[in-house]
Amino acid sequence: MAKIIFNQQIDDGIYYIEIAGKYRGSMGQFYMLRGWATSHPLLNRPFSIFDLNDHSISFIYKVVGEGTQLLSKLRKNNDLELFGPYGNGFPFVEGKIALVGGGMGIAPLYLAARELMTYSPTNEVHIYLGFKENAILTDLFEAVSHKLIVDTGGYISEIVNVNSYDYVFACGPQDMEMALMQQKNSENSHIFFSVERRMGCGIGACLACTCKTSAGNKLTCKDGPVFPGEVLLFE
Amino acid sequence: MNKALQVKFGNIIFKNPVIAASGTFSLDFEQHFDLTQLGGICTKGLTLSPRTGNKGIRIWETASGIMNSVGLENKGIDLFIKNDLPILKKVRAKGTRIIANVSGSTIEEYLEGITLLAKAEVDMIELNISCPNIKGGGMSFGMTGQAARELVRQVRGLTLLPLVVKLTPNADNIVKVAQCCVEEGADGLSLVNTFNGMAIDIRSRKPVFDNIYAGLSGPAIKPIALRMVHEVCRNVKIPVMGMGGICNGRDALEFIMAGASCIQVGTANFINPLSCIRIIEEIDDFLRKEGIKSLDEIRGII
Repeated sequence: MAKIIFNQQIDDGIYYIEIAGKYRGSMGQFYMLRGWATSHPLLNRPFSIFDLNDHSISFIYKVVGEGTQLLSKLRKNNDLELFGPYGNGFPFVEGKIALVGGGMGIAPLYLAARELMTYSPTNEVHIYLGFKENAILTDLFEAVSHKLIVDTGGYISEIVNVNSYDYVFACGPQDMEMALMQQKNSENSHIFFSVERRMGCGIGACLACTCKTSAGNKLTCKDGPVFPGEVLLFE
Repeated sequence: MNKALQVKFGNIIFKNPVIAASGTFSLDFEQHFDLTQLGGICTKGLTLSPRTGNKGIRIWETASGIMNSVGLENKGIDLFIKNDLPILKKVRAKGTRIIANVSGSTIEEYLEGITLLAKAEVDMIELNISCPNIKGGGMSFGMTGQAARELVRQVRGLTLLPLVVKLTPNADNIVKVAQCCVEEGADGLSLVNTFNGMAIDIRSRKPVFDNIYAGLSGPAIKPIALRMVHEVCRNVKIPVMGMGGICNGRDALEFIMAGASCIQVGTANFINPLSCIRIIEEIDDFLRKEGIKSLDEIRGII
């Protein structure tokens, strides 16, 4: 059991939750959260780590169903359970890096930016955030990037020049990911996607979150959620 | 470890009655606890040939339960023996029993699979005649006594490993299927697998699952599973592994009082990866508080 430090709405239906404690984890990994003591909803909910430090871990989430609805009702000092860290996470790389997030896909990119900056002082990190309506948390992202580009209402994939980067780490709607892949024509730029699939256990047991790749079925929770763009088979 | 937790299942000793059920467990649970604390581990349903599993949605929440339609995705028995078994062997060396869950689409596929496993270092075979999520075979072998009898007889002839047959609650008469398995030489039974269920997406006006029906598990099915375990235990003389929605020590003890020798924990592993360990602790706690020296004192007392 862990205690909530705060759990607040930061935009229409979007929440930022911070939980007390020292947790392990790295950019692109996720935790399964459970904020209710009953057997319904039965499954825990997966969320990418937004940030962590020596005394807390935080996540951002959007209320879309029963689980996130219940999470959003929790207040300071309420208890919840979390299991993780799960998944492979983004690779630690060096060079000119673009982090591209669409909608709630921005969630894993804040920690990614922070860790990439610390990993190598020569890394140049540019962040591209695309939103349907309101831009959120841009001041936080501004502080951890060399350049921040925010778009609302358009297609963020049209603003990024994929081939001008050594690495592109992206998370968002499948359309965005496909558009980024289509742009890529240089052997020297590498794209990694953090994908989302309907998940059961988070730990490689239930086999619900299959992700189709050129090397056969992979588990999003265990083999992913981060996959190199060229192995993903978009459905 | 409390000796009272030990269970003799046929000729096999389990250090405690808690077994991780097939398809709900992976070696990755090691990041949460020492796997050798478990009484046993059932492998994911293995088939002779690799299977890519079902398309479309594979898991769906329902009131206090889940429906799944994974369709026995697995790498095949050869790769299991080559890749997974060496790791499981280390757990087995510390007394945790390894149970290979085997399935197939045809009798021939079952038999070839069993032949491959006959010399493998596993403690038991769990013959899965109850998977509702594959088109041919699987559950169809568990629906009637006659179908089960035919398969169990042939499998029995191929292996000296203890043979546990996993039954489906969707059978016309589960007691009759159980009795036929006993007559053909099964060493034990495990029940119940998932109940056939259905969900519809009212917006698209289509079934949620590509296969239309899927298997329901979790606390939602516990009372029915318990009743079936009770009925089967009263009508057969071989040991039974009880399962169906077990989430805590109390649930596990209910199955044991209904007659089960061991219990399997499935869906609860998804609620909390430590479920099996908590269940062992809660059973242990109950036995100590009640001054029970052996599970035999309370097994099948109902």
